[in-house]
Amino acid sequence: MTNGEAYWNKNLKLMIGCLIVWFIVSFGFGILLVGPLNNISLGGYPLGFWFAQQGSMYVFVCLIFFYANTMSKYDREFDLEEE
Amino acid sequence: MTLRATTFIVVGLTFAIYITIAIMARAKSTSDFYVAGKGVHPVLNGMATAADWMSAASFISMAGLIAFMGYDACAYLMGWTGGYVLLAMCLAPYLRKFGKFTVPEFIGDRYYSHAARLVAVLCLITCSITYVIGQMKGIGVAFSRFLEVEFSTGLFCGMGIVFIYAVLGGMKGITYTQIAQYCVLIFAYTVPAIFIGFQMTGNPVPQLALGSELSDGSGMYLLEKLNTICVDLGFAAYTAQKWSTWNVFLLTFSLMVGTAGLPHVIIRFFTVPKVRDARFSTGWALVFISILYTTAPAVGAMARTNLMNTIQIGPVGSPTGNLLYADRPSWFTNWEKTGLLVWEDKNHDGRIQYYGKNKEFAKKAESFGWKGNEMIKVDRDIMVLANPEIANLPFWVIALVAAGGIAAALSTAAGLLLAISSSISHDVLKSVFMKHIDEKQELLASRIAMAVAICVAGWLGLNPPGFAAQVVALAFGLAASSIFPVLMMGIFSKKVNRAGAIAGMLTGIGSTLLYIFLYNGWFFIKGTAPFANTAENWFLGINPQSFGAVGAILNFVVAFAVSSMTEPVPEHIQHLVEDIRIPKGAGAATGH
Repeated sequence: MTNGEAYWNKNLKLMIGCLIVWFIVSFGFGILLVGPLNNISLGGYPLGFWFAQQGSMYVFVCLIFFYANTMSKYDREFDLEEE
Repeated sequence: MTLRATTFIVVGLTFAIYITIAIMARAKSTSDFYVAGKGVHPVLNGMATAADWMSAASFISMAGLIAFMGYDACAYLMGWTGGYVLLAMCLAPYLRKFGKFTVPEFIGDRYYSHAARLVAVLCLITCSITYVIGQMKGIGVAFSRFLEVEFSTGLFCGMGIVFIYAVLGGMKGITYTQIAQYCVLIFAYTVPAIFIGFQMTGNPVPQLALGSELSDGSGMYLLEKLNTICVDLGFAAYTAQKWSTWNVFLLTFSLMVGTAGLPHVIIRFFTVPKVRDARFSTGWALVFISILYTTAPAVGAMARTNLMNTIQIGPVGSPTGNLLYADRPSWFTNWEKTGLLVWEDKNHDGRIQYYGKNKEFAKKAESFGWKGNEMIKVDRDIMVLANPEIANLPFWVIALVAAGGIAAALSTAAGLLLAISSSISHDVLKSVFMKHIDEKQELLASRIAMAVAICVAGWLGLNPPGFAAQVVALAFGLAASSIFPVLMMGIFSKKVNRAGAIAGMLTGIGSTLLYIFLYNGWFFIKGTAPFANTAENWFLGINPQSFGAVGAILNFVVAFAVSSMTEPVPEHIQHLVEDIRIPKGAGAATGH
């Protein structure tokens, strides 16, 4: 396996991990499980409703920055950074 | 000073800023014109992307949609933000590494085919034009309302302004104007929300106010109170789900994929200096978008509460529980003039009854002597614009909201027009039909293409082929089913070849168009639809708005199937794919 391929495999793993979280918070907590989660409250918010209209968006932002940061680390690790 | 004079000053001032910026950042080369010379800082690029992305629909319509849909509106909120996660991880960094000017150029090179490039141009123009119609209409409405002129005059003013700064400035001018427009629109959106949230709950942060206790001494939470108000008047509870889970799921998915496939959003990530900047820039774009998108649910819920409380002043059913029509506030009168708010005294008691269609409640309502819901029309789109008036905020805030709405519509229209003109001049003329034109002639051609695009969009804005919402849904469905899958396969697969890509794009866009036309009429012409657009008639219960998700899946399946049956991808293309996967050696953008 070349250096480039090893880098690509790590990237794919990271991406799939992030997309699983992406799916769970939005489609999982916000849509499929919204009923049961609404029995729990977060301040004045039913939890499922909070995920659907607030929480999932905060998680999306964190995910992108987490991905971008980790990728910058990989770029350095595999010596594939741009000049 | 009157409201009209204040509006003129605020809107005029913001225009002066936009045009000054456009002239100062005038494009001198094709690289400046198409991708702003690739020198835009990622945070600023994120801000410009946010303005580009948030259209009149986000600014004006979304909170109103939330106010009346309640929970179900989460499909729009998550759909229009979740797409950025896909963009950051699946497309933006690789397309930046590829280092060209347009989306069809990538498709043409990766699938080593002029035909694929032209099909991509066709998909791009179809979805950008449909999207821009909605914006032109929004510009017309905003100008005509606040400058108090005819709709067509308003539209022509808007076209003129877009023409000046988009045609002169190109991407460089547009990027810097969009940064200014973002500041105007986000300020205009959050200031009233902060005021109103503070009035109602004592919490100045709208995102927290929505989950806070009301400050009226009742000890109830805002959402709890809103649920009670809704249910007491025969509406569905605000936080309850009304659509089927299947449709919420599909619509969210469709909007996410569509967002990641919209060409005017994708080209924004060609403007940053490095691959790593493209990743971070997507994150910043989502930060700036989320500021508005997390405020919108608060605006929607508070507007709904205020509206219901204004009309239902006492206990439901008591003789003096409803507002006397003669006592209605001035904003009510103002919006009645526009025909977007209509009241009819069905039981002739001079009081306003506003209630839902729930059957059980209908019996109760009869016993109160109510003869039907008297608020015949409450247009969703007035919520954001009326909100500052409902909360009695000063004139300058109301004027600011007008300027914000106009900024949102103008910035999106400019971005779309640039995507259209660059694909015509660069992908069609320069690469296929007039290969020998020099940079200066190409620049001229793209400016002419943009001027033509503005005229076409303006004409379509005057004669829209359907409701703005229908047209926008079509744009998302088209982007989701045609552009996103083919870009993703181009990066993540070395097996998909030109025949597969072309077949996939045509299947995706064709099936989506067909499904939408079956329920909305051929080319949106009323009365030509073979099926009524109701839930019982939908194939497998799929709403035409959400069909883009299915179209995208068909695109993937067909592309892989056709590729496996036809020739393998040439060696040099496989190397190209390997090369775009790593950031090293990106360098500056080249057009050729």
